[in-house]
Amino acid sequence: MTDDTMQPLLPNEKLDVVKLLEGLEYYRPRRSGWHWREPVADQHLYEFDYKQTSKGLKNSIPLPAAHYFDNIDPQPDCVVTTEIASGRVEDDIRRMRMAAWHGADHMMVIRTAGQSHIDGLIEGTPEGTGGIAVTRKQVRLTRKALDLIEDEVGREINFHSYVSGVAGPEIAVMFAEEGVNGAHQDPQYNVLYRNINMFRSFVDAAVAKHVMASVRMLQIDGAHNANAMSIKAWKIMPELLVQHAINCAFSVAVGMPKEDIALSTVPPDAAPAPCMRMDLPYAVALRDLFGEYKMRAQQNTRYMESDGRDATVSHVMNLMISRLTSADIQSTITPDEGRNVPWHYNSVHAVNTARQSLVGMDGLREMVKVDRENPELKARVREIKERAVLFLEAMVRDGGYFASVEDAYFVDSGEYPETNDDGIVRQSQGGVAAGTIVERADDYLAPVCHHFGVNHLPEGLEHACDPIGGCTLCDHDKVPYTDELDPEDNANVRLAATAELREKGLITPEVQWAGDGVLVVTMFLPAGERVAEAAALELGRAMNLTECEVIHKQVMHPAEGTLIELKGVLGVKIDPAKLVIPEQPESLSDEEIREFVAERGLHCVAATVGMDEHSVGMYEIIDIKHGGLEKWGFRCEHLGTSVPVEKLLDAAIEHGAQVVLLSTIISHGDMHRRNMEKLADLAREKGVRDRLLLIAGGTQVTDELARSWGMDAGFGRRTHGIDVASFIVENMRERGM
Amino acid sequence: MAREDTFRQAREHLAELSDEQLEARFWELAQQVVDPLVGLARTHTSPSIERSVLMRMGVDSLTCMAVVSGCEKRGLLGHGAGNVVLHCSQEWGCSATEAAARLALTGGTGWETVESKWGGAL
Repeated sequence: MTDDTMQPLLPNEKLDVVKLLEGLEYYRPRRSGWHWREPVADQHLYEFDYKQTSKGLKNSIPLPAAHYFDNIDPQPDCVVTTEIASGRVEDDIRRMRMAAWHGADHMMVIRTAGQSHIDGLIEGTPEGTGGIAVTRKQVRLTRKALDLIEDEVGREINFHSYVSGVAGPEIAVMFAEEGVNGAHQDPQYNVLYRNINMFRSFVDAAVAKHVMASVRMLQIDGAHNANAMSIKAWKIMPELLVQHAINCAFSVAVGMPKEDIALSTVPPDAAPAPCMRMDLPYAVALRDLFGEYKMRAQQNTRYMESDGRDATVSHVMNLMISRLTSADIQSTITPDEGRNVPWHYNSVHAVNTARQSLVGMDGLREMVKVDRENPELKARVREIKERAVLFLEAMVRDGGYFASVEDAYFVDSGEYPETNDDGIVRQSQGGVAAGTIVERADDYLAPVCHHFGVNHLPEGLEHACDPIGGCTLCDHDKVPYTDELDPEDNANVRLAATAELREKGLITPEVQWAGDGVLVVTMFLPAGERVAEAAALELGRAMNLTECEVIHKQVMHPAEGTLIELKGVLGVKIDPAKLVIPEQPESLSDEEIREFVAERGLHCVAATVGMDEHSVGMYEIIDIKHGGLEKWGFRCEHLGTSVPVEKLLDAAIEHGAQVVLLSTIISHGDMHRRNMEKLADLAREKGVRDRLLLIAGGTQVTDELARSWGMDAGFGRRTHGIDVASFIVENMRERGM
Repeated sequence: MAREDTFRQAREHLAELSDEQLEARFWELAQQVVDPLVGLARTHTSPSIERSVLMRMGVDSLTCMAVVSGCEKRGLLGHGAGNVVLHCSQEWGCSATEAAARLALTGGTGWETVESKWGGAL
């Protein structure tokens, strides 16, 4: 059916969240299962060959320096994850669109605190803390928005959340019905970090995993949590291997294909430890043992502080390990996760850290190889594996998994077999939902498809769901849809509160929720840490900010000063209709320019004038290779650098040029002004001013300044050939030349 | 109990294994650890599992909750909540979702049908 709430997105229009919320009861996911990027072998983009890239995007925002490289946006071979955790679904989907434009194709939606302990499904769109309440409506809205976003960027986007907690089987079924593409599922997470009864966790996990497998949902395990919780991360490596193995072996045993199982693996350490030398052997050992499984390379959170720069550097080192070994999914952690719930632009920053690093290290592995024969590496890889084997041997000897959890085997601060007896202890008869599993009776029956375990179905059925005439996994029309259960706590009520912003297009700063008004002020204060913090709060109040909070401080010197990042809320809304915005020159089409240039045989003479040896900028503007004026047929005479102004003008007259391009970078002593004025004066003296276009360019040049110094136009940083070509054509038309 | 790092002594029996043998040993042990867990899962069920069965039968989440807690109260979970609902739908000549809705009604009479087949712990 056609759905008018599913109109294609336009890049210059915002997502219509209100409209997307309409008609959700009719929405059907258009596919299930995971999407891997489509690799392109030896991809050639601009002047470069790539070894580890995939199919490009239709719409994206390339890396900042891309304008030097014909705006290419090479997409790495691995899926790139972003974490989405605002707690409000209507704002999450806006962020997903931004992240997708920066190359994220795995939206990992964090669940609200506490959902793990809710024994059943939540419905509606209640606000969450540190993530959304994962409900059918929120999942459906998100998948629907992602359908539109993936069409806009031109690449499938994976939607991911969590099949953990006490309601795992129900969440798994709901995810399978709603086209969720990937999920965390690891019963050890329930047991160790959520204190959910261990019997219940494994019994539930088998059913949940089996359902996930039925729709080829990608599973990611929870071992990274052991790293995040560890006391000394460098000692937990053997245990990480054990945790991965337990979840992998269990998943395969209950019917999950190995290629749908991803290990959540983190380089455990961070500088000032010599972290790469410590973490590389672990990464190698892991990939040796788990070669048949997928690697979801996560970034380190264990040693993250409030400094975004520090976090970013750690993450780049993590990415280097991904590139030296392997990653099927490169997950990202926002650089602000050490201080708050991830903000919009930090999700984008994290994705860009991954994209930039992965593309920058493209193919590096062909030249820089891990030296498997290096004695330290070789010995350490072997040692980590042996320690993991000893761990497993002891588990078997001591009575198996449940007994070993009771015996504090996990998240101990010692490197096995060393133990400090400080691991997490859980009792098999204790924890949330203890005593809730029941043995299946001799007549146990579940008349539905993809059900794990003993099931006494009548004989001769084609499908397990035949007795009920089809189940929801076979017939989506049978999926029941529940809308809101809470008249106050829902997306419509929240959207009503921000309606004015959307309807009038008012603008206020935002970090995670529409209209939150939050902004950050960065300041260096010439004072010690404690004084600086107090002063910053006072300065925030002086700036009319409310709810001021210092979110980061870094001592530059105990006495000389402190860097502060101050968060506050600004209660100001701007009406864009009242803003005075200078008009942006529009560029003409290639054909239009080419035709105009050919008709008149346009000719330019160009030079960097004065005592100035800069030539890069001029080449950018005139060279055909850089999309410069030559591209449209301009004949360009480039006189070079350090050319006297007189010589430039004489050459223009001699060649019968219509356009004079003057480049002037050096601005000491107003050199750029004097050069321009001199050119204009000389042209007047020689009586050729009217038949010439005088155009100046340079890093310190602005159009306004150049015109005031006698030029017809001035072009500064980030100018492209098209800007100059468009100006020439339009100006000549205006002047009837 | 805390223990010093005894790796050097503890690894002696692994020293002679090739890398391949060591890796095979790792997976053999992992399998030994998970086998009983899989066995437990195969033969047991839980309230969430039974709700997930009802969901797949097309029952909405609030009704799933009510029916499964009705089964739990009567000690019937081991037969399967889907089994209970299927039985009622056959007895009453209605769809599974209608049968579940009737069982979910507060103070509903539907449970008599269930109890006459399986008895009840109450």
